[in-house]
Amino acid sequence: MHDHSPLREPPWVRRALISVAALLMLALVVLPLAMVLSAAFGEGFRAWMDALTMPDALSALRLTLFTVAIVLPVNAVFGVLAAWAIARFDFFGKRVLIALIDLPFAVSPVVAGLCLVLLFGSQGWFAEILRDYDIRILFARPGIVLATLFITFPFVVRELIPLMQQQGVEEELAARSLGAGAWTMFTRITLPNIRWGLLYGVLLCGARAMGEFGAVSVVSGHIRGQTNTLPLHIEILYNEFDSTGAFAAASLLSCMALITLLVKFWLESRHADGIAASHRRH
Amino acid sequence: MGLRMRSGAGRPARPPRPLPGFGLSLGLGMAWLGAVVLLPLLALTVSAAGLDAEAWTRALQDARVQAALRVSFGAAAIAAVCASLAGTLVAWVLVRYRFPGRRLLDALVDLPFALPTAVAGIALTAVYSGNGWVGRWLEPLGVKIAYTQVGIVIALIFIGLPFAVRTLQPVLESLGREAEEAAASLGASRLTALRRVVFPELLPALLTGFSLAFARGLGEYGSVIFIAGNLPHRTEIAPLLVVIRLEEYDYGGAIAIAALLLAASFVCLLAINAIPLLFSHGRRGTDDA
Repeated sequence: MHDHSPLREPPWVRRALISVAALLMLALVVLPLAMVLSAAFGEGFRAWMDALTMPDALSALRLTLFTVAIVLPVNAVFGVLAAWAIARFDFFGKRVLIALIDLPFAVSPVVAGLCLVLLFGSQGWFAEILRDYDIRILFARPGIVLATLFITFPFVVRELIPLMQQQGVEEELAARSLGAGAWTMFTRITLPNIRWGLLYGVLLCGARAMGEFGAVSVVSGHIRGQTNTLPLHIEILYNEFDSTGAFAAASLLSCMALITLLVKFWLESRHADGIAASHRRH
Repeated sequence: MGLRMRSGAGRPARPPRPLPGFGLSLGLGMAWLGAVVLLPLLALTVSAAGLDAEAWTRALQDARVQAALRVSFGAAAIAAVCASLAGTLVAWVLVRYRFPGRRLLDALVDLPFALPTAVAGIALTAVYSGNGWVGRWLEPLGVKIAYTQVGIVIALIFIGLPFAVRTLQPVLESLGREAEEAAASLGASRLTALRRVVFPELLPALLTGFSLAFARGLGEYGSVIFIAGNLPHRTEIAPLLVVIRLEEYDYGGAIAIAALLLAASFVCLLAINAIPLLFSHGRRGTDDA
């Protein structure tokens, strides 16, 4: 329309800004990703395959998948519960509660790991009970799961609260006034309404869960073949100068990250009405 | 993805007739929050309060600890400023211009968030070290990035960029052109219009994005420890020193540093929650619900 209006920057400014932005993303994001693939396949497909099928890598992959498989459903269930309470009811201290939910975003993963050590370590709060019942949490799977739960806590709730607030309560109230029980209302109205938002939150949660490093590193104990997740496996190989092995494992995690981004992008453009407004793309 | 942390709309959530499950959902949700997040943080707070004055001075007068805190706070602040500037540019380009590859660029913004930090760490190190794709061109010019404090800042910009872009983007999108048109019709130059009309509208989002990037950068561990070189007094970050003290069984030392980091996190969170309130007066509702 008004290409010469003072509302637009001159074309050369526009082109320069776009170029700088693209160059920035190239240097900061694209090159590292390309580097992972290049280093992973640098010694050929066979070396890549060998690196991924060695027992330590496989057990690390299994532990990572195990952790994700526990963390995702647990976060989904409690995320829906907490979002229901916060989005549908007013109560004293609601703002504080919402701020507290954000805490894991701001707290260092290493600090989170240390907190778990203070609870479950040999001198921790629960040390005696754990000793009496011979339960191991630190340097074992429960510790890794707990650390990941801490880090990923906000993702599902944070996506669902604004979504449920946008959608309002009319449909749920209508169902209730027509005599629907609580469970019927939930499975017929609430859950279908929030399903894409729930998937969105779970997706982000999964990305973070499979890649969590700092918190898991503190509580894992780094026992090879037992308490190493994929990111910890990468660190060990890298420090042993096994570059191909480290980058092969990294390429696997990068692929999972790319798939996450693809699904996320698909949700943002195809199911925009089903996710929180600030994530919609047009 | 937690890029916007402001609480929901101001609309009252109380329905005319009660919906079911308030007690159950709030009770279970709170119990879960308490068990998974608050109890561990309480353990650290109580342990830190239990440290005597001697333990605190021993931990904090250590030159190595002071250096690590300086590096961490300094690098996080510089990186958050850089991420805010770069984020403004990227968000502006994505919202205001149409060009081939725009959607790809948009999707790439989230990669630092989705990519595991350890992967980002070894990849950035490989790219920016002396024989890396970028490092080999910079090193002859005397610019060393990997294994220096610059490397720490680069890793933290990588981590902080999505936070800056994704907080600014929705604000830019909802920003009507009317005010800019009015400014232009009153004879303001483009730069004046941007400075006097657009920038004040972006300021709260800029500050929020900065706080988010700073908070994440201060605590970041995985992506930094590979590229930093981890030289005590020079390129050792505070979270790494927490891990080292823990491995030395120096619980007092680890708790003291971690308590400081936790306090800084609280301050950031407070700022993030206070920024929308500080700017809320005199602004029309930007609620896009």
